[in-house]
Amino acid sequence: MDFKSAVLGRYNARIYKSRKDHIVEVKDGVEQKIAANTRAVPGIMTNRGCCYAGCKGVVVGPLKDTCVITHGPIGCGFYSWGTRRNKARPDSDGNNYIQYCFSTDMQEADIVFGGEKKLKRAIDEVMAIFKPKRIMICSTCPVGLIGDDIHAVASQVEKDYGVTCVAFSCEGYKGVSQSAGHHIANNGLMKKIIGTDDSGTITGHTVNLLGEYNIGGDGWETERLLRKIGYNVVAVFTGDGSVADIARSHRADINLVQCHRSINYVAEMMKTAFGTNWLKVNFIGLKAIAKSLRDLAVFFGDSQLVERTEMVIAEEVAAVEPEMTALKARLNGRKAAIFVGGSRSHHYQELLLDYGVETVLAGYEFGHRDDYEGREVIPDIKEDADSKNIENLVVEPDRRYRAFLSPERFQELKETIGLEEYAGLIRAMGDGSWVVDDLNHFETEEMIKVLKPDVFFSGIKDKFVVQKAGVLCRQLHSYDYSGPYAGYSGALNFGRDLTMGLFAPAWKMIDPPWREATHA
Amino acid sequence: MRQVAIYGKGGIGKSTTTQNLNAGLGEMGKKIMIVGCDPKADSTRLILGGLAQDTVLDTLREEGDDIDLDQVLKEGAFHIRCVESGGPEPGVGCAGRGIITSITLLERLGAYTPDLDYVFYDVLGDVVCGGFAMPIREGKAQEIYIVCSGEMMALYAANNISKGIRKYASTGGVRLGGLICNSRNVDGEAELVSAVAKELGTQMIHFVPRDNMVQRAEINKKTVIQFEPNCEQANEYRTLAKKIDGNDMFVIPTPLTQDRLENLLMEHGLVA
Repeated sequence: MDFKSAVLGRYNARIYKSRKDHIVEVKDGVEQKIAANTRAVPGIMTNRGCCYAGCKGVVVGPLKDTCVITHGPIGCGFYSWGTRRNKARPDSDGNNYIQYCFSTDMQEADIVFGGEKKLKRAIDEVMAIFKPKRIMICSTCPVGLIGDDIHAVASQVEKDYGVTCVAFSCEGYKGVSQSAGHHIANNGLMKKIIGTDDSGTITGHTVNLLGEYNIGGDGWETERLLRKIGYNVVAVFTGDGSVADIARSHRADINLVQCHRSINYVAEMMKTAFGTNWLKVNFIGLKAIAKSLRDLAVFFGDSQLVERTEMVIAEEVAAVEPEMTALKARLNGRKAAIFVGGSRSHHYQELLLDYGVETVLAGYEFGHRDDYEGREVIPDIKEDADSKNIENLVVEPDRRYRAFLSPERFQELKETIGLEEYAGLIRAMGDGSWVVDDLNHFETEEMIKVLKPDVFFSGIKDKFVVQKAGVLCRQLHSYDYSGPYAGYSGALNFGRDLTMGLFAPAWKMIDPPWREATHA
Repeated sequence: MRQVAIYGKGGIGKSTTTQNLNAGLGEMGKKIMIVGCDPKADSTRLILGGLAQDTVLDTLREEGDDIDLDQVLKEGAFHIRCVESGGPEPGVGCAGRGIITSITLLERLGAYTPDLDYVFYDVLGDVVCGGFAMPIREGKAQEIYIVCSGEMMALYAANNISKGIRKYASTGGVRLGGLICNSRNVDGEAELVSAVAKELGTQMIHFVPRDNMVQRAEINKKTVIQFEPNCEQANEYRTLAKKIDGNDMFVIPTPLTQDRLENLLMEHGLVA
């Protein structure tokens, strides 16, 4: 029985109907449609998070020069504290607030009598102790229910202290997943921060790195490569990023989009407002990195840059190739399944292919149809009640709008390097593999039985279920305390970790002595 | 212990009626506690002779969790025990959650002593959210009286509240005990309210006539029975008290459709 029948056959009529369009078998040469970004079935044990997690946890949390205050009961703040492994070094003023967790710790009386005053007091306290130049406020569920006006508090704080204060109404219940929170965070950055600093000069070939959260140091490795070639990285959204940099980001020549799902809103809005072109890149996997770097050099059309790019690629590849070849000899022919949030499920397939590992199933927790099918389906995506509930910020061309390319050159690059295009996950996968949106725990267990991957890349929520079934599970949200996996040295780290996991002697001990062995 | 919740349209006279009725019950020797469930905290003003009380929620906010019952429970006329739940200022926080918090706290503090004959909940306005339905949740008030008049919006509210009661009645034990008509001197009022009550499957338990004596007693921070024990209005409240004490008609209401309600109003000559 194939995977889809094995899973759907166990569902009742209602769940069958809801899930059947989320599971797609990839067929070469066939354009596939998938259902995505819809409500999870109650009780189904989805792996999704909430809107607050998307806003605070993913997008604004990594900003190091900002005190991000969680307005709500303590749990939301505590459990989003330091769990993403987004690293940061202190900024030029010596500040780094990401190791802190700021929360208003709302209590019953704050719910009944309103929490605005407590929020203001918390900010007064933060100002007194840390004196930050920027403050962000993230709402949790009860704040939306009782109607605390956090935006009014933010304006008051700006008046009182002359700092930048951005409030995000990212109550957890909004939308169907973290995705709503990304959008809300993107809107806040666009409204309040991007384009607010025109001071000084920025020179050279300037780029922003979007959707790079510096998990395990990924962003640092990517930045190192870009700088080595000679690019000037103006701002990173938002790993090891700062509001100070993002305020200047409108002056960069191009936006490089790593995680499409969480940050494409900023890329699009900056294109409309400032004319900034964007390029989908992937710094995970040797071929993907080389393609991204070469496309970028083509964008600037500078022969020296092209030359320097080739030199750096050759140098970096040479440094990792011998060991990667040795690792590939041990990993070649294995099968993997990947289920992560929005973009890694696509990105890591390229790195796995470097090691001869084929992906038999991949899916996103909170991807939209364009992440699966490619951006050309965006006009066909029907807005539903859940997506209409999230503000859709409409921006106008700014007085500082600047077209880096002529219209002809833009069209040419669109066709040659896929400028402002993203073809999606499905097209990247092999014939007969599976794409599953919002994979749940039951489907995970069935997938392990039916597709028999050698390794499952996922997160802490299913790691140990899978490993108890005798299959290696590597956390691709947090890298299991390892990393970086981006860039060339990251590719090598990944190969080492994967080899170590697959060849661990533990797997021989899965079956107790009184049972027939099921694992070799 | 009979736990009774009083609902009704805002401004209809719930607090006034509840306190005057409780004075009647108190005079009969019943042991009563009134729990005011309105952020304005004016449900016990007549019994206590003024707003002399710290609310449960204010005390909770100021004292933390270390609250004694005697901080929030005061005894007034006829030894009626009075508690005000209190709540946030208008437009802030969550008054509904406040009621839930407050009633839970009263239970923990042991306010519901076995010697009580009656606990009355005086709940503001409509049942706008889950919090305002707290007094009629499982294990709380078993009977409800809706204060209304012959005015259209009052009856409209009574019908709406009946919908809420039916919802809770289907899962719990709460029943409607009747409509109390607090007269506004509109034409054919008693007949109209009786007709609506009948359609709801209940009764108009008493028609309280309009009398300026109520107003005078209120200005003097007293119930009518304390202020002018021998007046006719005092006897009306005594009658209401007796009727409620002897009431045995408790129903799951059958709310009217909007059309039916409007038809009734037409029949009784209100909507011309």
